This record gives sequence, structure tokens and C-alpha cells, in this order.
Amino acid sequence: MSVILEVKDLVVRFYTQEGTVYAVNGVSFDLEEGETLGIVGESGSGKSVSSLALMGLIPSPPGKVESGTVNFEGRDLLQLKPDQMRLIRGKEIAMIFQDPMTSLNPVLTIGTQITESLKLHEGMNTSQSRKRAADLLDMVGIPDAYRRLDDYPHQFSGGMRQRVMIAMGLSCNPKLLIADEPTTALDVTIQAQIIELVKQLKDEFNMAMIWITHDLGVVAGIADRIQVMYGGRIMESGSSHEVFGDSRHPYTVGLLGSLPRLDSSGEEKLIQIEGSPPDMRNEPAGCPFAARCDVREQFELERCWEERPPLETVPDSNGDGTHVMSCWADIREGVAQNV
Amino acid sequence: MSSEAMTMTMDKEKRDDDYILEVNNLKKYFPISAGIVFQRQVGAVRAVDGISFNVVRGETLGLVGESGCGKSTTGRTILQLYRPTEGSVKFEGQELSTMTGNELRQMRRKMQIIFQDPFASLNPRMTVGSIVSEPLQIHKIYNNKKERQQYVEELMEKVGLNPYFINRYPHEFSGGQRQRIGIARALALEPSFIVADEPISALDVSIQAQVVNLMEELQDELGLTYLFIAHDLSMVRHICDRVAVMYLGKIVELGPVDEVYENPQHPYTQALLSAVPVPDPQVEEDRQRIIISGDLPNPANPPTGCNFNTRCPVVFDLCFQEPDPPLIEVRPNHYVSCHRVT
Repeated sequence: MSVILEVKDLVVRFYTQEGTVYAVNGVSFDLEEGETLGIVGESGSGKSVSSLALMGLIPSPPGKVESGTVNFEGRDLLQLKPDQMRLIRGKEIAMIFQDPMTSLNPVLTIGTQITESLKLHEGMNTSQSRKRAADLLDMVGIPDAYRRLDDYPHQFSGGMRQRVMIAMGLSCNPKLLIADEPTTALDVTIQAQIIELVKQLKDEFNMAMIWITHDLGVVAGIADRIQVMYGGRIMESGSSHEVFGDSRHPYTVGLLGSLPRLDSSGEEKLIQIEGSPPDMRNEPAGCPFAARCDVREQFELERCWEERPPLETVPDSNGDGTHVMSCWADIREGVAQNV
Repeated sequence: MSSEAMTMTMDKEKRDDDYILEVNNLKKYFPISAGIVFQRQVGAVRAVDGISFNVVRGETLGLVGESGCGKSTTGRTILQLYRPTEGSVKFEGQELSTMTGNELRQMRRKMQIIFQDPFASLNPRMTVGSIVSEPLQIHKIYNNKKERQQYVEELMEKVGLNPYFINRYPHEFSGGQRQRIGIARALALEPSFIVADEPISALDVSIQAQVVNLMEELQDELGLTYLFIAHDLSMVRHICDRVAVMYLGKIVELGPVDEVYENPQHPYTQALLSAVPVPDPQVEEDRQRIIISGDLPNPANPPTGCNFNTRCPVVFDLCFQEPDPPLIEVRPNHYVSCHRVT
């Protein structure tokens, strides 16, 4: 397996009237061919902004990619000119957005919107591209596909619109698909349909995929690797079995403890993480989770306030050393290491 | 399920029939009008289409279903925020659907609502203090200003807000704190029954547990009864004692939570439960999913027969015939509306 995407030290800030928003503060990760990476985090954790940054879609101003590199097949995407980037976006890397109601153009037919990228990237003529578009719609499970090309987005239901978005994303056989909360706006039965569809298409197209979500349940079923983000930083990352089965970071542990489980009766009280997510207008000097961390409180760790913990391999993890976390304490041992 | 088995288990389980709320054949249709000058009704959206259930004093009844199934409309129709098209709602033995004016206002002291969106349900121009004390003013409780403020401060403390912030405006609070303000407002009149209409779905995951724990603590402390409307089935299992599953304006299954979750009888409940992701990769790998195709039918034009017949994996000819399946008791307190289950 070769690495197709390598993100290093990505820093994104927004300069707004209310002050600087420190959205992403040094994020690094790799993605291998055909791999699915689940990025999990709450609102404001920087999960969407980091993926928009690697697509070159940060609105500027107010946003600015301050530093970092995004290496995709030997090129640094952050250094490309807009017209070079346009050749990659939609062709090599495609994206599916959260809200299918607002990310489709309401005044253009579905056919026009799907064939646009086929004509641009693949140089197809109208009849070729319409045929391909109908095949794509058929593949994502839209009945009577050829006729529906001339329908407008409002004539489709939410789940069907998300299928159209997926068809558009897949139209040029991308090597990497970024799905930003693609099922959040949908009901659970429709969500299950879409997840099943994406899983099946991912194998068919042999794509790598980044699936961004706040729902730990969704990524547990779909991702090979999980990356937990908080306050614009990666807190913990590893294979999904390691992150869920052997979670080490106090935030990951707290997050999993705060979720009720469908498969167990809920007699015991939920574990709650005290406080609220950080105000991203202040750049935290130390660990962004320090203010809410019960381990820091228990061991009275001072270092957490002052220094950012590096992302390091979790001590004595069972896996192949890919399980990393950014924390001064190893909570499983019950002792504070490196302090 | 045979009748002998039913009577056997019935002996063990005593039925609690201290009902705080009795809903009988409740219907709420919203008219669809056409015409520009002369409006005439051309149809109706059957948001709630004949549902019956009871709520036992002190319990939490969950009302679940997908968007558009009528669960929020049910909550609002019970509180008479929408007047029912047909059917009866009895609260502590008194019929609400025919009540009006002052009589109804007095009943509202005992039944309150917590709304879904803590950003839209608080007036941005009012301070926390005036939001929480507004119900007290309307019902003319505490005419002494000082006493009223003291009570509001107590309420704020009870829901975990610092009383120091009594003069702040909603925008100065986070989502979770705003939901606490909404809860304090609902508690101000010391109600016995609260409709919680998706109280946590707009909140971040780490905040949801805080609000749910608070609601459970308040229930123990004040002996509240909740109608908990939600689409998060995992949270419903955690917080509720019984659950009613709705589909297209009707209740398809109703029973004690553990019973319904472990032994779902209606094909829709089965599909719904199997669609909920579990945050455990091992469980997800081993799970068999029932995936139902298609979307929710239009509630203005529901299918003939069983409402679920357009998507049901085990549909057969009887499902297309009127009348639709009745809600029958398959085990003590466990009701299902399906022709396959007899």
C-alpha cells in the first residue's frame, strides 16, 4: 500500500472582526490507497476546516492557510495555482457535503449538474456525458435514471439528493473522496442506505476516503482508521479497533462514556464531560482539552496548561505502532508519564 | 403469543394504571388549501392519524420515529398548542381538547414543554431572569419582585446555571447552557408533566450527556413525568421506561424499552433498530443490517391499508387491504400493529 495523501503541520486561521479564530493548529496525517479514515470531532474541532483546506476551499479572506503541506501524489496542493487546483478538484479528489439541500443548485437540472464535471474533466460531449450521468444515477440506486436527469433538485427527497451528490462525486473516478457529514441531515433508515451504498462503491472504485462526522457510531462501522479531533488538534488516532477498544486519550474515553448504547439497557448514569468546547478565538498554550480533562484534574498536572503534548505512539499498544495520542498522561496506567 | 403465556407473565407483572395522561384516537390534520383569492381546502396532511396511549405518572415515555412521522405534532397537540382534529386528551382525568381560555391556561401550569432548538426558543431580547420568570408573571405567582428573583435564582442553581448570570442575554450562553435555561423556564411553574421535544438533538455529543443527566436528576428530585420525543434511539433506551414507535402518523409498536429493543416485533421497528450505528467496530462487523428501501410516503396521501406497505420487507396481500392492522398486545404491555404479528 502506498501513501496517496500526506498532510503535515496544517495551520488554518480565520481573521474575523471579533478576533482571530484558531481553527486548525498543526494537524498531520497520512492516507493510504483504498483506506477509509474517519475524522471525528464536535462542532468547532477543526475537522471540516482541515479537509476544506486540503481541497483549497477555505474562503479567503477571512480564512488563511498559515502553514503546512498537503502532499497528494507528489504535488503540494497548497502551492498549486487556482487553475491547476481546478483540474484536481472533482477529478482526482471529490467531495460530498453535509446538506444535499443547499449544495445542489436549485435552478439547474440534476443532469446539467452531473454532466458539468464530465464535460470539463473528461472532455465528453453532451450525449456521451448524459449517458454516463444516467449510468451513475442508476449505480447509486435512483430508479428510472435517464428520465430523471431532467428533474430539478426539489423533485428529489433528501436521501435521493444525497445519492445524486454521491453520483456527482464519483463521476470522474476520483482517487480520494472526502465525505463531510454526508448522512447527518438524514434519518437513520436512509443513513443506513447511504452508508451501505458508499461502502460498496468504495470497493468497486478502489478509492481512498475521508469520512468526517460527529457520530462515533457511523465511523465505527465504516472506517479503517479513526482520528479524534478537539480544538483544532488531533487528540488520538489509530485503527478503529484500537481507538474504540483501547482508547487512551481522556477526551476519547469521555466521549465514548457519554454515549448511551443501543445494545445495552441504560441503567447506569452517563459519564459527562464537564464544561463546554473551547472558544477558538484564544490559541490554547497547552492541551486544548486541559480545561475539561478529569485526568489533569485528578493528578493536578501543570504541564497540560503550558505545553502542547506531542502526538506520540501510545505506550504498549497491541497494534503496529500506528496508535498515537497527544496527552501528557497515560490514563490506562493511572499514572502521569512524562510529567 | 398464546393467551396462556400472556396470563402467566401478567401475574408476575402488576400493571400500573395511575395514568397522568390518556390519549385516545388522537388526530391532527393540517389542511392543504388551493386558490389565490378564494381559498378552498383540497386535502389534508395527516400528521397524527388516530393514536392512543397512556402515560403513567412518574415514568418517561419515549416517542420515536423519523422526521415527518408526527412525533412533534403529537407532543404539541397533547399540550393543546395545536387543537386536535379529533380524539381525546385527558390530563389527570380532565378532558383538554374541549377546554379553552382560562381553564386551559390553569392546566398549562401542570404541563410544560422543552423545545428542540435552544437558539430559536429563547427570546434574544429578554434576559435569562425575565425568560424564566415570565411564566410566573403570567400566572401571577410571586407578586413581590424580590421573592420572584430569589425563586428564579434558585431555579437557575437547580439546573446548573450560575445565578450571577441572571441579567445576561441568551446569546452570551453556549448551546448546552441555553437548553438549561429552557429547562428552568419549563420548571418555573412546578409542572408534573413535561413534553421534551428533541431536547438534545441540537447539542454537541459531549454536552448531550450533561443535559440528559440533569433531566434524570430533576425527575428523581421532583417526581416529573416526561414525554421524551427523539430520533436518537440509543438515548431513548437510556432515558425511557417505555417507548412508542411512530410511522406516518400512527403508533406501530409500544412497550417497555428493553422489551421493544431486544425483541422488536414490527418490521419497521426491526429495521429502525438495525439501522442505528453502534460505536463499537467489533459489533458493527458482526451485525446483520435490515436495510429498507425507499422513503417515507407523503402524509397527505398515505397508502391504502398498512402505512408501511410501500417499504415493508415482509409485506403480503392483507397489508394492502383496509382496515390497517390494529394495535394488539403480544406480551404484557407490548403492543404491535402488524398483520404478520397475531
